[in-house]
Amino acid sequence: MPDRVNKAEITCTVNGETLSLKAYPMARLLDVLRQELRLTGTKEGCGEGECGACSVWIDGEIANSCLVPVLQVAGSEIKTIEGIATGEQLHAVQEAFISCGGAQCGICTPGMVMAAVNLLERTPHPSETEIRMGLAGNLCRCTGYMKIFEAVVRACQATGVKA
Amino acid sequence: MRSYVPAYELRAPQSLEAALELLEREPDVWRPLAGGTDLMVLFEAGKLTHRKFLSIWKLSELKGVEVTPEHVTLGALTTYTQVQAHAVLQREFPLLCQAARETGGIATQNRGTLAGNIVNGSPAADSPPALLVYDAQIELVSARGSRWVPYQGFHTGYKTMVLRPEEIIRRIRLPRTKQGWRQYYRKVGTRKAQAISKVCFAGSAQMQHNTIRDIRMALGSVAPIVLRCARTEAALRSQKVSAGAFAAAKEVLAQEITPIDDMRSTAAYRLRVAQNLLEEFLLQLQNNGGDESHRGLAAAES
Repeated sequence: MPDRVNKAEITCTVNGETLSLKAYPMARLLDVLRQELRLTGTKEGCGEGECGACSVWIDGEIANSCLVPVLQVAGSEIKTIEGIATGEQLHAVQEAFISCGGAQCGICTPGMVMAAVNLLERTPHPSETEIRMGLAGNLCRCTGYMKIFEAVVRACQATGVKA
Repeated sequence: MRSYVPAYELRAPQSLEAALELLEREPDVWRPLAGGTDLMVLFEAGKLTHRKFLSIWKLSELKGVEVTPEHVTLGALTTYTQVQAHAVLQREFPLLCQAARETGGIATQNRGTLAGNIVNGSPAADSPPALLVYDAQIELVSARGSRWVPYQGFHTGYKTMVLRPEEIIRRIRLPRTKQGWRQYYRKVGTRKAQAISKVCFAGSAQMQHNTIRDIRMALGSVAPIVLRCARTEAALRSQKVSAGAFAAAKEVLAQEITPIDDMRSTAAYRLRVAQNLLEEFLLQLQNNGGDESHRGLAAAES
């Protein structure tokens, strides 16, 4: 068994709650979220930054949590899929995924929702191209993408999507 | 096999000075880790060569973009997202912005850094062809001081470079001397998003009527390093754009690049595509010597 390094004490904010945890510094944020914090909404797909299933926000920016060593989020604010709804009230993007059939097996869905909500926060009136670009880092093997795309379009319809 | 997580050290020094001291004390033991978009992939695959890493991700000394009349100077940790958002870069260095836009998806662009793209040393990296075309210079810093080196010549072979184990990149400087040059960038991959290139081409030329006064060309994925094609440039410099000049330049390019067969493409395909991209670049110079609005050919502000 190789030598073990010391665990680091890390303070960060997750879905609005500030917490301290002990973890090996190179542990992937993805594993800490799922195993230590039991926030299992964040999924692992490829584990190499290609598929976006593990997307979370770090200080407001979308990131692949499989590529982030947990030490790097010390002092940061993290949002996961569990922090998108307000209590029982789903986010408009989540509602639209349901009504448009934007989810099938569900593995890509949390990452897709995180990417879509992040896009709408940065660009409240995205063009269709901006929606496609905003979701380009998230792969889905079930839906053929169109239902996901339509869900995001529907979520912005209140304010109108540019051509 | 995935790495055994508890065996890997990661420290986050609070200042650049502290990071450099550690690198000076134990060079080759510690390796800097920035956004993790390359190293964490190797980590998960159990292929990291080092056991001890220095997180430099939050070091403010390595961040920010500074604009002076002569240069745009980018901190080592400038992300692809920050490159795309910068007004002066958009106007004067469109090839770098386009490279940033075509690297990975947004999550990768938020974490991937220019210096990381350089020191990872991949011959398929997206931003280095643009940096070569813009005659970038790089500041290397260690506990003993700093030195500026031209980016051309920085990579000495596959994954080898002039960077010493105790040094890190602090800044990347782009001279503002290419205003009015015609510019061309095209990445050819399996799909538009998230793909690593089969061939990547960045070119820029200063035109006078129909004559190429000066030219820069650099290609990715056609050699052990991202390659500035100086011989092809020489064959085109002072030439009028013409079918004869195109044919001659394509021959020189074929001699200058050394593409290989690998998991992403074949040597023969890469050679053909490299020559086709050169032709597309030159055709657009021919068709639009003075037309700044031609589709597909980005123009820097004159």
